[in-house]
Amino acid sequence: MAIRRGRGVAAINYPTGMNLGGDPTQALVHSTPTGNFMVTLSSVDLGQGMKQIMAQICAETIGVPTDRVVVDTADTDTGPHCMGTFASRGTHRAGNAVIQAAREARQVMLEVAAEELEVNASDLETDGQGNILVKGAPQKSISIFDVALSAHFKRGRSISGRGMFLIPRSYPEKETGAMKPSTCYAHACTVAEVEVDDETGEVTVLTVKNVFEIGRALNPKMVEQQLVGGSWMGISHALYETTEPYYPNRDHGGTDFNQYLMPGPGDLAETEIIVLERPSADGPYGAKGPGEMCANPQIPAVANAVFDAVGVRIDTLPITPERILRALKAQAAN
Amino acid sequence: MELRKSYFADVRKDDLHEIGQPRPRSDSPGHVTGKTAFFADRNFPGMLHLKMVRSPHHHARIRSIDTSEAEKHPGVVKILTAKDVPHNVYTILILIQVGPEDETVLADGKVRWKGEAVVAVLAETERAAQEAAAKVKVDYEVLPAVFDMEEALKPGAPLVNEYHGQNYYLYDSGECRKVRFGDVEAGFAGADHILEESYQSSPIEHAPTETTGCVVAPEGNDRFTCYTNTQAMFFTLDNTSIILQMPGSKLHFVGGTVGGGFGGKVDVIVEPIAILGAKLTGRPVCFIYSREEEMQISSPRAAEKVVIKDGVMKDGRIVARKVTGYTDAGAYSRHSPYGAQKGAGHYPGPYTIPNVWIDTYCVYTNRTPSSAMRGFGVTIGDFALEVQMDKLARLIGMDPLEFRFINAYRDGDMKAHRQPTEGAALIECMQEASRAANWPVAEKYMAMSSYVKGA
Repeated sequence: MAIRRGRGVAAINYPTGMNLGGDPTQALVHSTPTGNFMVTLSSVDLGQGMKQIMAQICAETIGVPTDRVVVDTADTDTGPHCMGTFASRGTHRAGNAVIQAAREARQVMLEVAAEELEVNASDLETDGQGNILVKGAPQKSISIFDVALSAHFKRGRSISGRGMFLIPRSYPEKETGAMKPSTCYAHACTVAEVEVDDETGEVTVLTVKNVFEIGRALNPKMVEQQLVGGSWMGISHALYETTEPYYPNRDHGGTDFNQYLMPGPGDLAETEIIVLERPSADGPYGAKGPGEMCANPQIPAVANAVFDAVGVRIDTLPITPERILRALKAQAAN
Repeated sequence: MELRKSYFADVRKDDLHEIGQPRPRSDSPGHVTGKTAFFADRNFPGMLHLKMVRSPHHHARIRSIDTSEAEKHPGVVKILTAKDVPHNVYTILILIQVGPEDETVLADGKVRWKGEAVVAVLAETERAAQEAAAKVKVDYEVLPAVFDMEEALKPGAPLVNEYHGQNYYLYDSGECRKVRFGDVEAGFAGADHILEESYQSSPIEHAPTETTGCVVAPEGNDRFTCYTNTQAMFFTLDNTSIILQMPGSKLHFVGGTVGGGFGGKVDVIVEPIAILGAKLTGRPVCFIYSREEEMQISSPRAAEKVVIKDGVMKDGRIVARKVTGYTDAGAYSRHSPYGAQKGAGHYPGPYTIPNVWIDTYCVYTNRTPSSAMRGFGVTIGDFALEVQMDKLARLIGMDPLEFRFINAYRDGDMKAHRQPTEGAALIECMQEASRAANWPVAEKYMAMSSYVKGA
């Protein structure tokens, strides 16, 4: 009887957005009289930080600092339609809608600035700090604060824009299954290292090294929080969780966190995250949806590592000590 | 976390101001100081509490329902049964033309899973609602139930859901979603080795910190404001409008920060009945799942069975792959027909295989309906695919990582569902994993690229 060590690898891809498309999201953007910007959506922030990302996308597109953007969302009386926050679609779909709305608002903003500066709007650029400058002659400039005041009170212009993003729905061909499930895919490769106690069947995940390709890390800190959390969830799916431990038998299902097993802080592996960025053609600033796929590769990587450690295949999830011990017993009997 | 900027630097401009910056989340201070408001923080004078009477049986006919004792219970204000729900038989994906309507808001004549909602009790306090619910008498005739997907698909199995007429979802392509590419049998015939293996998962709970729920307030103008933690505002509003036969203009849905979704809050379960309660009593209503309801009543990730048959050559090429996937929908569709369809679009994984055959089934059994959960349709499929890849590599005596390089898809490769690959990055992820994990592979694999050759 011994503690045995093993490692396993898994590589995956994952489609961004609602499968087969047909899932629209809209956004509205407008400026306040003093040149702050409001993004109005009906999308839902699930705690992943969608509001923050939409603010950064709007700020980048308009050309202002993020702290000058406010996001109002999840209210059906004010926000235009969004299909919902699921299928790794929030950033991709709503982000594109925000870009379109922000571009339209930016165009009006530049037109008003052009009138104030008596130049062509096409000769103007933003400095990202809240000013609009004449290209090649930055001493000739106007603040966005003053442009918004002028638009509101002098020139009667609405600095606002509408955005809509829709991937047309694909209908699978009945006989061949020809279809377009998604327009862009995120990728991952995970290597997991485990120890298996062949006396108790217990698995300890020592390290998980994840490489994720996500198009563009719009906010690297928030990408990290989602990828680390996903990686933990993957370990949890591999080793612990189910509402029906003896499926298809309906009995013995947990009804609280005492009975429903999940890893505690002490059960989590040393987790490494490496991010690659291959911008997608239709993503907002190249972003893909990593929200779901980041929890997938750990499951087979852990399963393969368990085999590498003790030489038995557990092809039924979760990989519990009971299943490992039964497999070891069967192996010894053969 | 590290960003490896050296990969794909030639196709990426790093000239942005706000994007790519690790700005602090504007909502974090509220979360960590307890100031963020969640739906359940709403409290209204005179608010009623809704509790469900649930089926104790997996499959049963309802002979009669007697609510007379419950109605006399102190604090009880209203008791709702199927006849009170204007459009009681519904299905949520009807909004994107995926039918048939197959589920009841409150059971009508039959229950099809243990825990199904039968009677709703509205009372002044949570305790009164709970106690009164226990006094509702339902006379059941227990029917044979089926829990195993293979059993459910056999002729003569108990019929789970009459609205489907058989124990599987009928796609326009027939009993399953199909993908056919190349000639899979010819591929097997020419392969050096054949490996057929079966994989199984069981249902998994989303386990959000905040359980599913809503608080409904009737406004003075015939409108109803529903404070909810749904993941999809208009999807829920529009389905509620159908179920209650109430114009959408009468409904105002307010969300906000959700305490974890993971796909567990897109089923439209609590809102319609709570709004109906508010309409019929004229009082605010809250309906919040207990932890037990969240774990055993709300939809889990579906159990799946995946059978993979591969033909592989000694040199490492996979020449044929046949995948048969089974998604256990439980008693009702919810999002499961979509999940099984998503699986068909995902197999055979990120590998270029010339001959592919895919069948994915959505199967009905007498268990808690499954539905959306982070990655559903793909997560369990990836477990099966990637364990299978490990087995194949060992079968032909090849390093598991090198074996994946040989088969990895690249830009321009035709996928089984007949879309050319674009924006691939699997090879680069594996190259970086090889370095990070100190898992060396041959130099020729480290020199590979996802780009189209010569482009």
